[in-house]
Amino acid sequence: MSGHIQAAPIEKKFFTTGVKILIAIFGIGMAFGLYRFIFSLGSVTHLNDQYPWGLWIGVDVSSGVALAAGGFTTAALIHIFYRDKYAVIGRPAHLTAMLGYTFVAIGLLFDLGRWYNVWHPLLPTMWQGNSVLFEVGMCVMLYLTVLYIEFIPIVTERFIGHSPKWIDAILKFLDRIFNKIMWIFIILGVLLSCLHQSSLGNLMVIAPYKMHPLWYTRVMPLLFLTSAIAVGLPMVMFESIWASWSFKRKPEMDVLSPLSKVAAVIIAIYFFMRIIDLTIREAWGFAFEGSLQSNMFFLEFVVGLVIPLIMLLFEKVRRSPKLLFIASALYILFGVLLNRVNVFFIAYQPQYAEKQYVPAIGEFAVTIGLIAALILLYRIIVSIFPILPAHEKQA
Amino acid sequence: MDLNRRNFLKFTVATGTMGAASAVQKVKASTPKPDSGDWAGVLLDTTVCIGCRKCEWACKNINKLPTEPIESYEDKSVFKKMRRPSAGAYTVVNQFENPKSPEKPYYVKYQCMQCIDAACVSACIVGALKKDAKTGAVIYDPWKCIGCRYCMVACPFQIPAYEYDNALTPQVRKSTFCYQRLSKYQGRPACVEICPVQAMTYGKRSELIEIARQKIRTYPDRYVDHIYGEHELGGTAWLYLSGKPMTEMGMKKFGERPIPTYTEPVQHGIFKHFVPQISLFALLGGIMWLFKKRDEVEGKREGGEE
Ligand code: SF4
Ligand code: SF4
Ligand code: SF4
Repeated sequence: MSGHIQAAPIEKKFFTTGVKILIAIFGIGMAFGLYRFIFSLGSVTHLNDQYPWGLWIGVDVSSGVALAAGGFTTAALIHIFYRDKYAVIGRPAHLTAMLGYTFVAIGLLFDLGRWYNVWHPLLPTMWQGNSVLFEVGMCVMLYLTVLYIEFIPIVTERFIGHSPKWIDAILKFLDRIFNKIMWIFIILGVLLSCLHQSSLGNLMVIAPYKMHPLWYTRVMPLLFLTSAIAVGLPMVMFESIWASWSFKRKPEMDVLSPLSKVAAVIIAIYFFMRIIDLTIREAWGFAFEGSLQSNMFFLEFVVGLVIPLIMLLFEKVRRSPKLLFIASALYILFGVLLNRVNVFFIAYQPQYAEKQYVPAIGEFAVTIGLIAALILLYRIIVSIFPILPAHEKQA
Repeated sequence: MDLNRRNFLKFTVATGTMGAASAVQKVKASTPKPDSGDWAGVLLDTTVCIGCRKCEWACKNINKLPTEPIESYEDKSVFKKMRRPSAGAYTVVNQFENPKSPEKPYYVKYQCMQCIDAACVSACIVGALKKDAKTGAVIYDPWKCIGCRYCMVACPFQIPAYEYDNALTPQVRKSTFCYQRLSKYQGRPACVEICPVQAMTYGKRSELIEIARQKIRTYPDRYVDHIYGEHELGGTAWLYLSGKPMTEMGMKKFGERPIPTYTEPVQHGIFKHFVPQISLFALLGGIMWLFKKRDEVEGKREGGEE
């Protein structure tokens, strides 16, 4: 993929303070995680019979899927719409998606009561086509496979000419084959993404009597898909600027500025969809009830949607790495991540619940630990494989 | 990137038309549900129930759940709090005021309603929850279950409970309708059998509805004119007769539309012969090919990839 741009492994010191902190956070998270596997879900989480899903499903799984959308949006942009100038961000976006989905799968294991049965949906005897969750599961699994296949050319590029002759021959052979058929996987990846991003939104449609009207709508699948497409580009901008800062390079503003224009358009579409949906369903009244739900709605809608959208309308914001970073971060964290959290457990209001579910410390620890692990792996992989652009390598 | 243009274009056009053609039929698709006319049910007359809670004991006993001796169930102090079925108790009885005669409160027993078109069955990712074809009971297979708890999210009655404290083999727990004992209509659920005042009648659901209607007609002062469970969410095996609306006694007001019809049409739209998928694949491929060609014409790019 994205072969036109010269990319190269990063050659920087690995064990910085930041990396050490990440390792510590990861360690703490895994301690809680281990505790959960030995002493049960109930010993670490605040989940109960009223709230069967919590932080792990809301963040590790569904937000993870949403935030990894950078992979398929850039793939579509670069390879399907042939916007070559964006090729430079293709590989980092692909790597994030690959790692993101890997961690979605790992995060899911923590949440499943019988995690060792996670492969059951693969058995045709257990296929359950009526289940929305089945579709989400299958698509995520297939997409993860596709993401790994798409990574092969990066591996071959790294090792061709750096390995013994016979391995070299195999790699070259692989490279040639994948060059020919990669387009199939690229389209397949985009297709599978569209499918599961939207069916993720269909998951809660099955609970019409439990969901708060500010979020419950039959078009949730469409809203999820649009917001996922819309989060892909800010995610890429966010990462790219962050990576530039932490490796002390100049941010790729010549690519990111035009990209932010595309992002603004898609976010605007999502914004209007939300407005129209809330208006048609006459749900605005609920926004002012002063409850936890209405406050969270405002946080999501104003901080996560209106503010970043307005920011992105200004040329000045689109040209400044710092402001662009802030606008992207707001939309990512409050517009999409908070939306998933809201849908999966703030909007979920079981009638017999005695008190609102609030995640336990252990749940936070595991989630943050997994995020730390993801960043660490990203850091390791970019120093082994040619992912980030090669120019200004030793800046 | 080498794709044989002519073949590719053919493929694109062919699948695209196919998709459009079947899109029309696809919209209406939904699962035909098995005929429920013959399924079993229980008619529970809450005006007869005396709140002895013997059914709670019988249920634990038959399901081998830990329980105190049956005498301890005479303790009325449990009624101070509204209780819900849990992993350790598939059925519980709650007490409610009786406006007609305050000295004789109403009692309501709760358990899995054995919905005819059950949300939990539709939700389960691996089919661990299934309708028993003979009785209509919703039965659970722990060996299939992956523990995702989506069934709990889906159940509108908030019935399935989970063994959160079991580290290795946690199960989804809910009333089984005693389906092993039922074998058609010979046996009766343990809770029905033990009831000293026969507040519950076990039988063919369609016949129970007739009995219930008859009762309402004969004693219009005793009952509200509504059989809870007859139409709620497409109907449930458990049917309730009551002296005041069930919605004032721990049950929620529901429409008639079965929960699975909210998600299943979308699911079937998506899965029907994979036509939408194939069409979208073709569409994306078509766009890819078009843009690539345009780029070549403009001379921006030689060859394909790399
Ligand atoms: S039908 Fe059986 S399992 Fe269900 S509440 Fe009655 S005794 Fe318990
Ligand atoms: S009451 Fe809930 S658990 Fe029981 S059959 Fe209906 S949906 Fe399933
Ligand atoms: S927890 Fe088990 S029974 Fe419930 S939906 Fe998941 S796999 Fe099915």
